[in-house]
Amino acid sequence: MPHYQGIRYPFITPPELNQAVSGRYPVAIIGAGPIGLSMAIDLALQGIRSVVLDDNNVVSVGSRAICWAKRTLEIFDRLGVADRMLDKGVTWKVGRLFHGKSEVYNFDLLPNAGHKMPAFINLQQYYVEQYLVDRAAEFPDLIEVRWLSQVVSEDIGPDHVTLQVETPEGTYDLTADYALACDGAKSAIRDRMGLAFEGQHFEERFLIADVEMAESPFDEEETHERWFWFEPPFHKGQSSLLHKQPDNIYRIDLQLGPDADPVEESKPENVIPRIKAAVGDRPFELDWVSVYSFTCAKLDQFVHGRVIFVGDSAHTVSPFGARGGNGGIQDVDNLGWKLAAVLKGKAGPALLDSYHEERSVGAQENIKNSSRATNFMTPKSKMERVFRNEILKLAKDFPFARTLVNSGRLSVPCSLAGLSLQSAPTSIRGLSPGTACPDAALEQAGEKSWLLNHLGGEFVLLTVGASTREIDLADVRHLHITTDAADAGLYDCEGNVEQQYGCELAYLIRPDQHIAACFELREAGKFLPALRRAQAREPQEAAQ
Amino acid sequence: MTHPEIGADNLQEHRDDFFELLLKAHENLSDDDSTALNARLVLLLANEVGDFDTLKKVLEGAVAP
Repeated sequence: MPHYQGIRYPFITPPELNQAVSGRYPVAIIGAGPIGLSMAIDLALQGIRSVVLDDNNVVSVGSRAICWAKRTLEIFDRLGVADRMLDKGVTWKVGRLFHGKSEVYNFDLLPNAGHKMPAFINLQQYYVEQYLVDRAAEFPDLIEVRWLSQVVSEDIGPDHVTLQVETPEGTYDLTADYALACDGAKSAIRDRMGLAFEGQHFEERFLIADVEMAESPFDEEETHERWFWFEPPFHKGQSSLLHKQPDNIYRIDLQLGPDADPVEESKPENVIPRIKAAVGDRPFELDWVSVYSFTCAKLDQFVHGRVIFVGDSAHTVSPFGARGGNGGIQDVDNLGWKLAAVLKGKAGPALLDSYHEERSVGAQENIKNSSRATNFMTPKSKMERVFRNEILKLAKDFPFARTLVNSGRLSVPCSLAGLSLQSAPTSIRGLSPGTACPDAALEQAGEKSWLLNHLGGEFVLLTVGASTREIDLADVRHLHITTDAADAGLYDCEGNVEQQYGCELAYLIRPDQHIAACFELREAGKFLPALRRAQAREPQEAAQ
Repeated sequence: MTHPEIGADNLQEHRDDFFELLLKAHENLSDDDSTALNARLVLLLANEVGDFDTLKKVLEGAVAP
């Protein structure tokens, strides 16, 4: 019996079935996975009402996505769910890399003291979804999650989408200004719309197994490690990965090769000996097994009029580097404030086009990185294998070779520099427009806080320095961080703000905590055009 | 020649010494071991060169001599 016994969420008869009326909503979200639920919460924080439709009534079956990167945790923090995830999640400290029986090198993943969030945590997707469902329930007037409600067809109009929803109690129609397809890699709505979803398919099959094990395989019980093997002694010629999840669950990834039979390989009698070889004679119980192969693909266009694709429905990657779920949460972060602005009449549809522009770049970067990791793990020719193995040999003695070892490049936010909403920098100082704001510790009247908790949800004009000055920019909150301990304001107590952002500069920060523009303070005349540009208004004028 | 800026003689008076050392390193190695040695050499030399533009030109020069 699986360790996690998820809640079965009830089907509640919707008003459309009770009163036989067709409801109209600002936003319908298809899929109550991490992406759909985060989307609903982000919109609710902007005051936008949505209905979330999911075809089943449970959270994720199996642990699935387990690595949540720092930027994702920062976004979850903005959505108000990160603390619970941090409390439950496992933060690993030591990574060990093996080639065959021998350890090639190990490294410490030290947390950045100036950031609230760790580099990443391991937390099963079912917990992430459960916490998001709980958070969504805190917005009863703005979020309605409808379980056992399968969207079976859609009628896409110029200013609305009508969805046909099938439920245990009958079928009804629901109309929304926008429909967000958060229905995953096998998106049914994408198929019905006949959209090409092409890319590179990898023949290699991988097996993932979750085992429950009371005794830690690591040297020190409290120090969580991540072990990666190239050509492990227990699994000839392939690669393997072992890392820890909460509740004494360990994830083991085994690369099986292209000819593996998924049914045969998933049988406990074939899985158990391999796990024993990896973790030794400690007693364990098999919790969940899945065999998969993957495709790196993306849609040519994420925004199709009133239907917008978010997460895996728009792009899929290999799991190496944890760029699937993390990439999807960044989609949410990017789309939430834009869609809210459009629905409130504060911006035109051009702002939604920037969602496609920006996240398409992110998806391409994720696909490139995860494909390279896959290629490193699965050499296609004798020479590819020779280079891979010689890199591993050199890595024992030469630091540069360690940087070439690619068992997955961890998800980091992509830069939006040079894209439509960002203004070109006029100063060589400071952080580049397009960068996700780095965090920093702050203090005010003895009370500690984090910079990122003061940003997000709205446009902010951030200034840093010893002197304060009033800057008045319509619809924009001014946040000043002082570098003078004697000031009463928010103080850069560890110097991290000044070190990262520089002094006497003004930053225009987007609602998704990305820098839209950076100017010298004397260039105040450029603030308003930069704001207009960041809202996709008057782009030509603002581009000057 | 694709890139005239690479390929000028840098080895100078040690050219024959280097070539002798290179052959000596491969002496008595099986084809597989020689292939592996060459791979290590390429990687180490690439890191010593460091500059990515130079490396791209070197690669192009090697692919189409």
